[in-house]
Amino acid sequence: MKKLINNPENVVEEMIDGYVKAHPSYVRRLAENDRSLVSSMETKVDKVGILIGGGSGHEPAFMGYVGAGMADGVAVGNIFASPPPAPILEVTKAINKGAGVLYLYGNYAGDVMNFGMAADLAEMEEIQVEMVLASDDVASAPKEEKDRRRGIAGEFFVYKTAGAAADFGYKLEEVARVARQTNENTRSMGVGLSPCSLPQTGEPSFELGENEMEVGLGHHGEPGIRKAQIESADKVADELLANIFGDMTLNKGDDVAVLVNGLGSTPRMELYIMFRRVEQVLKEKGINIYRSYVGDYITSLEMGGCSITLTKLDDELKKMIDHPVDCPMFVQK
Amino acid sequence: MDFTAKDLINYFKQVVEVMETEKDYLCELDRKLGDGDHGVTMSIGWQAVNKKLMNELENETDCGKISADVGMTFLNAVGSSVGPLYATGFIKGAKIIKGKSTLNDSDLAEFWIAFANGIKERGKAEVGDKTIVDTLDPAAKALEKSFAESQDFLSAFNEAVKAGEEGMKSTKDLISKLGRSSRLGERSKGAQDPGATSAYLMLSTFLKVAKAS
Repeated sequence: MKKLINNPENVVEEMIDGYVKAHPSYVRRLAENDRSLVSSMETKVDKVGILIGGGSGHEPAFMGYVGAGMADGVAVGNIFASPPPAPILEVTKAINKGAGVLYLYGNYAGDVMNFGMAADLAEMEEIQVEMVLASDDVASAPKEEKDRRRGIAGEFFVYKTAGAAADFGYKLEEVARVARQTNENTRSMGVGLSPCSLPQTGEPSFELGENEMEVGLGHHGEPGIRKAQIESADKVADELLANIFGDMTLNKGDDVAVLVNGLGSTPRMELYIMFRRVEQVLKEKGINIYRSYVGDYITSLEMGGCSITLTKLDDELKKMIDHPVDCPMFVQK
Repeated sequence: MDFTAKDLINYFKQVVEVMETEKDYLCELDRKLGDGDHGVTMSIGWQAVNKKLMNELENETDCGKISADVGMTFLNAVGSSVGPLYATGFIKGAKIIKGKSTLNDSDLAEFWIAFANGIKERGKAEVGDKTIVDTLDPAAKALEKSFAESQDFLSAFNEAVKAGEEGMKSTKDLISKLGRSSRLGERSKGAQDPGATSAYLMLSTFLKVAKAS
């Protein structure tokens, strides 16, 4: 696969370098670790610090969400690999302003170990840390084993609401509660149409026939529930939604936030065609769309396909979802 | 046997080479189960270790410091899940050989048992989960048993490598229970676990180096 890169070994460094130089008023690199980025605006005293992170290759996630109303800092890993404890710890120290730091990341074995080690190290430095793991992907494990589920696009809503709660001056345990509630109320499922390739190998991350799709695909090209012949957008949306509805309780009159997330190389045209069907189905069920997000929010390099996320909103979460955000890769007025 | 700090450094350099040679093979295995980057991850980590060995550890005589530094260097280069796993293994091992410039048979046996047990605890995996532990746990058990009988590290480690190899091969028929591949369920059958494979490479390389020293 063709890529506009220099040396495959330097892609993450060069991306970060370009990013901080493009947006100096938003983000800066810490001198202590070149994989640690924090907001250029100092975290306010007594505000809970929001720390996000994960592997590279998911842009705008995760570094694109450092800014007002979202995260205070991010630890950047190698492609599709959790960052090690060192950059996480440095961000923690930089954004702790006396109210503690909340780690938000996806439920993957590597992230759990590295963020866990970083939290232990932070506690040794007397910094209070809470962790909330996103686990929204209904295709990744059965309902009874929700703690085994991985986090995919629904993580975005967790950052959104936790970022807002921190901005409103909530205490650490309260911000963590909002983040957990958001994850609890969020379900996602994806479909893959074409693989991505890692810069270092150039090989496709999985194989799909010309007319095949992978239903339930993961954010790193992990195979899904089944391979199938590609269907119309409406049918695919119906299948993803059926799985989501089967997993959460949504009643007539409920309010939801909807995210139709592109995986990297899917045109907005297709994402809006998918959204169109989501809106129709929700309308039929009498479920209100409180806010809609359509676009590339958490990608997998140039992977083709998308995911649908629904988050059930109560009054508190609505307030958090409405809170303005100003990040280099995401703005909400 | 006398295994010196120089031998230990030489061992880690051999691992650097082996991981570079097997990079594509490990990625190929990983494409069937994960995101296809295990060889890349190992290469990134061991290349960072190589730099550390050449720039800072060349004349180090404390085997414990060498092992701990290798672990931390590997961790900070890769993160991922193998980072914390190997780092924990090498740091647990380092505690056993701290301050020693030469390792005897029993140091070596204890080092590898601590290494394997550390990884098992950190990863919270059991034998049969289709992970690195499927290589390391049987290897550590064989080492412990055989060393208790013979007090001879080389012959005991030979048994450990054999048990590790069997464990690695057994992952082919297992259904993955942990990590990203676990959600493949039945579909994970038939593919050998890349983490179990790279762990075997580490053990078999040590046997070669120990035999030659």
